[in-house]
Amino acid sequence: MLTNLAVFIGCIVATPILLSLTPLSGKLGGAAIFLVLSTVTNILIAVSRQGVRMISDALSTSLIYIATALVLLPLGSILFTVIQKGSGAIRWNTFTQDMKFSSPDAPYTEGGALHAIIGTSLIVLIATIISVPLGILTALYLTEIKGKFESLVRFLVQAMSGVPSIVAGLFIYTVFIVTLGVRFSAFVGALALSILMLPTVARTAEEVLKLIPRDLREAGTALGATQWRTVAMVVVPAARSGIFTAIILGIARVAGETAPLLLTILGSTATNLNPFNEPSAALPLYTFTLMRTGLEVALTRAWGGALILLTLVLILFITARLLSGKKR
Amino acid sequence: MSNHIQPKITQRAVDKGASVSKDNPVASLSSVAGSTRTANKFTPGTGLETNGVHAWFSKHHALADVNLEFPANTVTALIGPSGCGKSTFLRTLNRMHEFIPGAAMAGEVLLDGKDIYEPGTDVTKIRLKIGMVFQKPNPFPSMTIGENVLSGLKLAQLKIENKDDLLEECLTRAGLWKEVKDRLSAHGGSLSGGQQQRLCIARALAVKPEVLLMDEPCSALDPGSTLRIEETIRELADSIIVVIVTHNMQQAARVSDYTGFFLSDGGPGQLIEVATTNDIFSRPKDKRTEDYVTGRFG
Repeated sequence: MLTNLAVFIGCIVATPILLSLTPLSGKLGGAAIFLVLSTVTNILIAVSRQGVRMISDALSTSLIYIATALVLLPLGSILFTVIQKGSGAIRWNTFTQDMKFSSPDAPYTEGGALHAIIGTSLIVLIATIISVPLGILTALYLTEIKGKFESLVRFLVQAMSGVPSIVAGLFIYTVFIVTLGVRFSAFVGALALSILMLPTVARTAEEVLKLIPRDLREAGTALGATQWRTVAMVVVPAARSGIFTAIILGIARVAGETAPLLLTILGSTATNLNPFNEPSAALPLYTFTLMRTGLEVALTRAWGGALILLTLVLILFITARLLSGKKR
Repeated sequence: MSNHIQPKITQRAVDKGASVSKDNPVASLSSVAGSTRTANKFTPGTGLETNGVHAWFSKHHALADVNLEFPANTVTALIGPSGCGKSTFLRTLNRMHEFIPGAAMAGEVLLDGKDIYEPGTDVTKIRLKIGMVFQKPNPFPSMTIGENVLSGLKLAQLKIENKDDLLEECLTRAGLWKEVKDRLSAHGGSLSGGQQQRLCIARALAVKPEVLLMDEPCSALDPGSTLRIEETIRELADSIIVVIVTHNMQQAARVSDYTGFFLSDGGPGQLIEVATTNDIFSRPKDKRTEDYVTGRFG
C-alpha cells in the first residue's frame, strides 16, 4: 500500500519533467505519460520483488486500476462541474420561493426552484405509486407463478426498458392529452414516467426474487401455506432489501427525465400543489427552460437546478445502499 | 462399513445397559430400541398407508409400485443408495412431489383411511397434517426464532390461544428450548446448523402434524447435533408417525422401528423389502438388502 502511494507520488512528480522532454503536451499528454509511467514502474517493482513471472500480474493490475480511473473520471468531472457552476445560485430562498414573480435573470436572492422541487417530488411519487406495485407483481408473475405468458411478459418488459423516453412521452401525450382530452398536469407526466420506471423495477425485482432459494418456498408450502401466503410472508420479506433497491433504481431512472415531461406537464413557473390540474414544473424541465434563455444568471440557476436534482438522486442511491447493505 | 459401526453401537448399547451381542452389533442396537418400546402394528384405517405409488419426473419413471404401511406412533426409516427414489417417495406422502414442475404420480396415499390425492382434497390441509423437515435447514431469514416456530400458524392462518406455551412446547420437543429461550427474538440465521435444523423441526411441530416426514435431516450436521435430533425423533414417536429418509444406516438402526429398503436397478426405484428394523439389519430376506446393509455396495 505504501509502495503504491510512493509510486503514485513519484509518477506525479516525474510526469511534468517527462512531458517537457517529449513532443506531447497538455493535460491529455500528461495523463498518457502518467499512465505509462506508473504501469511500467509497477511492473518493474513487481519483477524486482517476485521475478519475471509477475509481469502479467502487474500489468493486468495496472490496467484494472487505469480502467477504474477512466470510469470514475467523467463521474467526478460531472459532479465537480455541476457543483462549481451551480452552487452560486443556491440560496435559502431557492428552496422557499418559485419563479412566478421573478424573471430568470433576477438576482439569486429572489425567486427559487421550489415549484420544480415540488413538481418533481409529486411526479416521482405518483409514478412510484403506479409502477412499483405493477413492477413487483410482474416480477412475481415471472418468478413465482411462471404462467403461460412468462416468456412473452419477460420479452415485453425487456423491450419496454429499451423504449426511448420521448416515445413514452409521445404515447401518453397522444392517448391522454390529444385523444382523451386530459389537461397537462403532473399526473399525466407521472404516467409517462411510469412507462419508463415499470421495466426497471420489474427486472431488478425479478433478479432479486430469483436469488431467494427454492428451499424457502418449499418450507412455506410444506407448512400448509397457499402459494400466495408463502410468497407474501416468506419470499417477499426475504427479498425485502433487494426490492427496496429495485424501487430506488426505478426512481433514479426517471427522476432526471426531461423529454416525456415536456409533452405532458408543459412546465410552469408557479408552484402547483394539485397534480391533477394545471401544468406543473419539474427540476429537469426547470434546468432545460432556464438554459434556453441564454442569460448568465439564468444559466447559473439552471446549474443550480441540476445540482439539486443530482443531490436528490444521490440521496436516493445512498439510501438504497444503506437499505440493501443492512445485515439482518 | 461394519467396523465403523461396531464401536459406536457397542458404546450406545452399553450406555443403555442392554446386553450386547458380539455376533451382530447392528441387531443389538435395534434391540436396544426395541427393548425400550414395542413397535406398533399397522391397523387398517389408521396411520399412513401407500398403495401402488408410482412417480415420474416428466418422462422419467422414478418410482414404481410402492406399497408401504406406517403404523401410528412409529418411526420408519427409508434407506437405499442415491437415486433409488426414496426422497421422491417421501415427497409423494405430503404432495410436495407435485411442487416440482413436470412431476406426476399414480397410486394412493391413505391418511387415516382417506386418500390424500382424492380430487377436491385441500392440499394445504394435507400438508398441515403431514409436516416435513428438509435436508438443508431452511429457517425463514426474515423472521426471529420465535416467529419461525410459529410461522406455520400464521402461514396457514390458524388461530391459537396461548402462543407462548406452544412456542415453549415445540422448542422443547425439538430439543432446542434451553439453548434459545433467552434469545427468541434473535434471527433464525444466527443459530448453528444443527440448531437451525431443530428450529425447523420445532416449526414443523407447531402446526401439530400427525405425520412428520424427514428428508435426510442430519446429512449436513455434526455428530452432536445428529445425536440430539435422533433423540428428538425417538421422543416424537410417542405421539406421531415419523418417516425418515437417511443415507446413514447406523442412524436408521438407531432411530427406527421399521426400515424400508429402496433400490433402482437402472429403471425406476422400487421398494425391495420392508420389515422391522431389527429384521432388516439381522435377517434380511432379500439378498440385495443383505448386501446393502452389510456394506457390500452402496
